[in-house]
Amino acid sequence: MSILINEDTKVVVQGLTGEQGKFHALRNRDYGTQVVAGTRPGKGGEQVEGIPIFNTVKDAVEATGANTALTFVPPAFAKDAVLEAGDAGCDLIVCITEGIPAKDEAKMYDLLTTNTNAKLLGPNCPGLISPGKSNVGIMPHEITQEGNVGVVSRSGTLTYQAVHELTRINIGQSTCIGIGGDPVPGMSFIDVLEGFQLDSQTEAIVMIGEIGGSAEEEAAEYIKNYVTKPVVSYIAGVTAPPGKKMGHAGAIVSGNKGTASAKIEALTKAGVNVVKNPTRIGQAIKDVI
Amino acid sequence: MNLFEYQGKELYKKFSIPTPKSTFIKSKSELKSDHGLSYPVVVKAQVQVGGRGKAGGIKVANNDVELDQFIDDILGMDIKGHLVESLLIEEASEIIKEYYISFTLDRSEKKYLMMLSSKGGMDIEEVAENSPDDLIKHYISPSVGLNLPDIEHAITNAKLDFEYKDQLIEIISKLYNLFVNNDCDLVEVNPLAITSQGVSALDSKVSLDMNAEYRHEEFQKFEKDIPIPDSEKFAKSKGLNFIKLDGSVGIIGNGAGLVMSTLDVVVEHGGKAANFLDIGGGAKAETVTAALEVLETEDDVKSVLINIFGGITRCDLVAEGIVEATSGKELKWPITVRLDGTNSKEGLEILEKNKNEKITISGSMDEAAQIAVKAGQ
Repeated sequence: MSILINEDTKVVVQGLTGEQGKFHALRNRDYGTQVVAGTRPGKGGEQVEGIPIFNTVKDAVEATGANTALTFVPPAFAKDAVLEAGDAGCDLIVCITEGIPAKDEAKMYDLLTTNTNAKLLGPNCPGLISPGKSNVGIMPHEITQEGNVGVVSRSGTLTYQAVHELTRINIGQSTCIGIGGDPVPGMSFIDVLEGFQLDSQTEAIVMIGEIGGSAEEEAAEYIKNYVTKPVVSYIAGVTAPPGKKMGHAGAIVSGNKGTASAKIEALTKAGVNVVKNPTRIGQAIKDVI
Repeated sequence: MNLFEYQGKELYKKFSIPTPKSTFIKSKSELKSDHGLSYPVVVKAQVQVGGRGKAGGIKVANNDVELDQFIDDILGMDIKGHLVESLLIEEASEIIKEYYISFTLDRSEKKYLMMLSSKGGMDIEEVAENSPDDLIKHYISPSVGLNLPDIEHAITNAKLDFEYKDQLIEIISKLYNLFVNNDCDLVEVNPLAITSQGVSALDSKVSLDMNAEYRHEEFQKFEKDIPIPDSEKFAKSKGLNFIKLDGSVGIIGNGAGLVMSTLDVVVEHGGKAANFLDIGGGAKAETVTAALEVLETEDDVKSVLINIFGGITRCDLVAEGIVEATSGKELKWPITVRLDGTNSKEGLEILEKNKNEKITISGSMDEAAQIAVKAGQ
């Protein structure tokens, strides 16, 4: 199986005519992903390397049967783009855009979940890949390998590091997902963990967290109650000084809440093997499967 | 970005939120003899650290002589490592009651959060811990906003004095308006005071969401007035995310998560990072060159670790940047490089071709950290 995306996923790329959108959409297509459409208001009827462009997501969905949107739209327009994809009936919206104001993210999430059943991944995330089946986003597929470990992470490059540690010792992945580190992410660790728990292909789970917020603590509670598959985790930022904002809007430590030690303690109590160094993720998974 | 009290109060004025009459100075000569403030006045150190009152950074002056004295005392003072470079001088208020209010985003609930308490003027974290019932939390749906009945309800629940209901509703609405429409991550007033002159925001803690900088002209103006180390300023101008830390291993990496993780692994091997430096996604050769230039301005750096996992970022471009910054130069410190991911093979070939005896290439993040720590000892 794999979760969220597979061979049948049909992708419409919002912002396909932009430099980034085009580069990654074509890489996704080369990998075998069904990239069926792109959108750009005013450019309907044109093509990008054989991919038809539509003025609206609705037009694209009607003409091509696209069910997943991949969004590269600039920050100022991202909220409206995501809501448009939801209104057009996309089941999954993957928002790569970095730098969206927090107020826009909050309104976007609120309106999307109130008015549609669409799932939102991101914003500010690397997307997701089900190796051998489909790649929707910017993850380098070269480091992945089809297999049975589900990977979920708040960080981009650290996700690659984790996947690399698995592939390096010949352990493949079912689906690798970056949920993004922004203040209001769409899908949470819990949403993805639920998917992995139910997925017949996934035998073990790697969860990469970082300081700030309480998403890891909430995930720990969920794992304790609902996840029977083995989970290996790594938390970045153990030595980050408190109060310093290090890039991700999500990585802010205030008071005791959100510290690495609080997260590690919660996860350990939930039966998760928390490794202290990302290079040990591969071995830790090998020990449990 | 956290604002100083006086900057937050500038925003309050813009949103018609009442604050005490005041003047702001950076040196004594800036204070006009006819400053127009009536005594007593409060002299407040402008520093971004809590507990400035206890540290002697806030004093009440009753006349010109005392004011003169306190300006001398407080300007230039060191409060928990923060140098006092400016003062806010405010007319003292006759306080009848002190409340607490804040607006922020609750990440778990994905909603805005208003917190209100009748126990203002003290450490609110202590209130939350010792008498949690005195701090009421009201969640606000971002697409609906804050309605009048919600505010009335919150005022009742927090047991604020109903005699001042109308004034409180007005100031709460205005603070919410500032929080939402001015893209603030935080708006906190402690104390929100009932004074003989009416309701007034006596203090301000405002933090701005810099992702929204493009739609607010004044964000840049505020940013210019917040002192940051020169190295951070230079890094920012080059599009780098740099934070100075107190160790000796200079770190360059791509992606906040990977860089944070690199700091941790360096500590695990007995070292300490001199900085956090994220070159971001899709860095070009000149970005890497600039990153090395930033570290050159740092005296504490004894060894440098470059840890790259290419995704959007191409390792060949990173390698070109390293060569550009180092060839034909006497290097101040040894550099350890780890390249993986997109075009790492090409990147390693470029480094191989342009051999530099001070540059060591390592095949893994763990080993690279180990080498970098040792090289700096």
